[in-house]
Amino acid sequence: MYRKGLYRILENEPLTASVWRMRLAGDTQWITAPGQFVNIAIDGLYLRRPISVCDCDAQTLTLVYKVVGEGTARMSRMAPGTELDLLTGLGNGFSTGVATQRPLLVGGGVGVPPLYNLARRLLAEGKPVQVVLGFNTAAEVFYEEEFRALGCDVTVATADGSRGVEGFVTTAIARCGLDFDYFFACGPLPMLRALSEATAQPGQLSFEERMGCGFGGCMGCSCKTKYGSKRICKEGPVLAKEEVVW
Amino acid sequence: MLDTSVVLSGLKLDNPVIPASGTFGYGNEFREFYDINVLGSFSFKGTTREPRFGNPTPRIAECTAGMINAVGLQNPGIEAVIAEELPRLRTFFHKPVIANISGFSVEEYAYCCERIDREEQVGLIEVNVSCPNVRHGGMSFGTSPEAAAEVTRAVKAVTTKPVYIKLSPNVTDIVAIARACEEAGADGICLINTMLGMRIDMQRRRAVIANTMGGFSGPAIFPVAVRMVYQVAQACSVPVIGCGGVQSARDVIEMMMAGATAVEVGAANLVNPYASKEIVEALPAEMERLGIERLSDIIGVVA
Ligand SMILES: Cc1cc2nc3c(=O)[nH]c(=O)nc-3n(C[C@H](O)[C@H](O)[C@H](O)COP(=O)(O)OP(=O)(O)OC[C@H]3O[C@@H](n4cnc5c(N)ncnc54)[C@H](O)[C@@H]3O)c2cc1C
Ligand SMILES: Cc1cc2nc3c(=O)[nH]c(=O)nc-3n(C[C@H](O)[C@H](O)[C@H](O)COP(=O)(O)O)c2cc1C
Ligand code: FES
Repeated sequence: MYRKGLYRILENEPLTASVWRMRLAGDTQWITAPGQFVNIAIDGLYLRRPISVCDCDAQTLTLVYKVVGEGTARMSRMAPGTELDLLTGLGNGFSTGVATQRPLLVGGGVGVPPLYNLARRLLAEGKPVQVVLGFNTAAEVFYEEEFRALGCDVTVATADGSRGVEGFVTTAIARCGLDFDYFFACGPLPMLRALSEATAQPGQLSFEERMGCGFGGCMGCSCKTKYGSKRICKEGPVLAKEEVVW
Repeated sequence: MLDTSVVLSGLKLDNPVIPASGTFGYGNEFREFYDINVLGSFSFKGTTREPRFGNPTPRIAECTAGMINAVGLQNPGIEAVIAEELPRLRTFFHKPVIANISGFSVEEYAYCCERIDREEQVGLIEVNVSCPNVRHGGMSFGTSPEAAAEVTRAVKAVTTKPVYIKLSPNVTDIVAIARACEEAGADGICLINTMLGMRIDMQRRRAVIANTMGGFSGPAIFPVAVRMVYQVAQACSVPVIGCGGVQSARDVIEMMMAGATAVEVGAANLVNPYASKEIVEALPAEMERLGIERLSDIIGVVA
């Protein structure tokens, strides 16, 4: 189920030179699974902007976004107290109801945020959570400490080696000999694909697509899967590894 | 007592507001937001004989005051629409629906329209002639008066319900095409479909849309739609459904003054899922403000 509502900005602050965190107050009851997203109306821009829910509780939700264009740039200039029109409860999200004892969470860049609430849920289910976070360079790293504070076992990889393991998330998984029986991943397409090819374990992957609506109304975001076409905004953004057609 | 009702070829609508094809699916996604029975009707997603996946993604690009889409008529095919979508629709929508039909040959149009004509819940058939004619080098049926008339005749020969031809604005003489459809037996004209557009991702130096070009719609095209509705309403005697860029009750009234009997709302539903409902609800106050008692009185008042 999804809804439209008004949300008030509580905080909006930079985590790195280009990544911001926004906390909003409002009705969060429609957000039911980690990895779901919201679609944000921005004054003066025609389409909404889809952003994953990084974390939420009964009254607030947290978004972590990278400034890449006009919409996210405008978001970064919004002051606390500003009201935003959001569609919430969008997408299927990650399913934690899978048989896993040793889950691995893999995030690349702004694919990291939706894994945060997922980590919290898996830990609450009593599972040890290992996390691999991939970035280009040390200055872009965010949320390493936040995951550690939850009690996750965190490995960081940077492409230029300026922090943690030098290389991609797949390099880090191999080099550290991480032992896992299932994975959850979100990040750029090449990362998802490399990860899928490098792992024998089953998993779930979260995808991005350009969206007209975000709630299944326009067929703008369809992709082919082994079980027919799916809308990234509705039957996705999370797909099971075994159904993905690369 | 304000009267918002209008009549399209014998089909009475409580109000003239109709979500446009491709922006409302088969109703399922919007019923989660509101009771869609407040609408005059709605036009379901363009349906073809075979199921279609449509175009590769990205299919969507943002524009100033609008968007480009190149969905490519993704739909489950006419049999699945009849076997699954319409029975489900019946459980939550209790008014006649508008069946939007597409095809890539005259035979496909006729086949689909004949099939859908037998469905009780279909009140009107809307034939989208903006599709490429595969047998004639992919040129759209809607760009030639002869081809549009041929589709109209073929569909009229096998149907009993009102047939409206939905025209593309990407033509040099919209009036000639509308007239050809009317002469071929069309019960009404619907216009406009999207305008051909393109955006470029300057960083990557390539088109944003995988298909390079796509259909531009949204508030930016409203004046073009009003102009074409006006021209066609002046030239034809059959009813016109106006469409293109509508996002408020005021826009609905403006479109009707230009000559539209009913008005479709497209992209607005995608950015605000309540758009059509809010327009229906805003109509009475807007009518009062403009001194309109019966909405149907203003159809084509601008001569
Ligand atoms: C399900 C989902 C979850 C996402 N979660 C996050 C997140 O948690 N944090 C984050 O930083 N980013 C996330 N993104 C990407 C984010 O939507 C884009 O970065 C954002 O829309 C860019 O908007 P802009 O106006 O700044 O960029 P512009 O390039 O100016 O945007 C132009 C148009 O393209 C669309 N667009 C551009 N890039 C993307 C993209 N990568 N994916 C989808 N649409 C795009 C915009 O929405 C807009 O319609 C997510 C995308 C999806 C689909
Ligand atoms: C995502 C999308 C899909 C569409 N699909 C169809 C379709 O299947 N058949 C059709 O006749 N028109 C289709 N259209 C065109 C609309 O019905 C409408 O004619 C056009 O968008 C102009 O109205 P608007 O400016 O209010 O969006 C589509 C439009 C959009 C935005
Ligand atoms: S974005 Fe409209 S259906 Fe997914």
